Amino acid sequence: MEQLGKYFFNLDVMWGALPAMLEGFALTLEIAVAVVLIGITSGLLLAIVRAFQIRPLNWLLVFLVDLLRALPQLVVIMIVYFALPYAGIQLSSIVSTIVSLAAILAAVSEEIFWAGITIVPKGQWEAARSTGLGFLTTLIHVVLPQAIRVAIPPLTNWTIAITKGTALGAAVAVPEIIGQALSVQSIVANPSPLTLGALMYLVIFAPLVQLSRWIERRYGWAV
Amino acid sequence: MDAFIDNFANLDSLIEVWPLLLSGLEVTLLLCLVTVPAGVALGLAVAVLHSLRIRYLTTLLIVYVDLLRSFPPLVLLILIYYGLPFLGLELSELPAAALALVLNSSSYYGEIFRAGIEAIPKGQREAARSSGLSALQALVHVVLPQAVRAVVPPLTSNTLELVKLTSIASVVALPELLRTARMAQDLVYNPTPLMAAALIYFLLLWPLVRLISKLDRRSMAGH
Repeated sequence: MEQLGKYFFNLDVMWGALPAMLEGFALTLEIAVAVVLIGITSGLLLAIVRAFQIRPLNWLLVFLVDLLRALPQLVVIMIVYFALPYAGIQLSSIVSTIVSLAAILAAVSEEIFWAGITIVPKGQWEAARSTGLGFLTTLIHVVLPQAIRVAIPPLTNWTIAITKGTALGAAVAVPEIIGQALSVQSIVANPSPLTLGALMYLVIFAPLVQLSRWIERRYGWAV
Repeated sequence: MDAFIDNFANLDSLIEVWPLLLSGLEVTLLLCLVTVPAGVALGLAVAVLHSLRIRYLTTLLIVYVDLLRSFPPLVLLILIYYGLPFLGLELSELPAAALALVLNSSSYYGEIFRAGIEAIPKGQREAARSSGLSALQALVHVVLPQAVRAVVPPLTSNTLELVKLTSIASVVALPELLRTARMAQDLVYNPTPLMAAALIYFLLLWPLVRLISKLDRRSMAGH
């Protein structure tokens, strides 16, 4: 028990690590917000593009979405950070992490929005079109509001899961929470910064997990 | 274009590092073979215990699940791998990775099975009990078979995520597929090994992604 206090909840060590850890905390939040904004917006736009049913374009879209769903997040980050420079595209570790996770979230949310669009009954389309609305107006004012409602519960779960991937940035030396914790830990030879880092993640994600539980209950969506 | 192929699809490099990549693939598969059954079993245990409605136990299980869902899996792995040795518990890379992945996935599997069990009408259990089955028999022969069938889509999807997640073991230098690809890149000075690893992941997991797409659409249409 004493060991536990000394090594995992050493307040002196935590206090010393706090400035660096807070920087990591802020960076994690910034990356997460960027990923969510870019990812979900692109996902919605891609789903709208898909609704136009342009064959070759849709094949390409489905392939890219499948690719991003099949590859592990860390593999995508590694490719963007370590392979793209050979094609002349050099991105910083932070930008690489944001681009990779946002692309994955875009792929997943495109699938979810698209599934939402497809389950809006055909009669809705026909009714809206017959009142004189154009294709895009129908999509935006009639179909999407219903599709997005259905999409919210799965989208929340996936968004949380993918934003947790910000921790993977540590693998390409992004000084986010875990990156900072590891570097402080190696200096002070005490893992208390890791505990502090874990607590910081808890501060960010525990409320979100509760939110997802609430949304599931409210929308009556199992899993 | 030639330069591009030289870098990203260099056959000589591929031949040179192929044995290394194969050994990495073996470790990845081994890790999956350990973590998927263990994660499913632990998750099922969590859900069954939850369904017993024993007050304090239920609260404890909810805390367990939500805590594990709030930590990024990499944070858990780093706590286990870098933290536990300070308590005298030194795990090598494979057991540490397996433990982190099983704990993490058990929370997701647990939530899925719980939703499945709760979706089975109470009358089923009551009917089984009144026909003379014990509580355990009712659970095993009546409730669980229906519950599991109801949650096949999220189970499949979660298993895909778990298989992809094995790649985080590369961060603690377990020589699985992603790690060996990175090692190989340092040997041949081009990203061909990384692209090959990505291709292996994709070929392995694409059928699963397609299947999940179909299952998701079917279950969403049912709502």
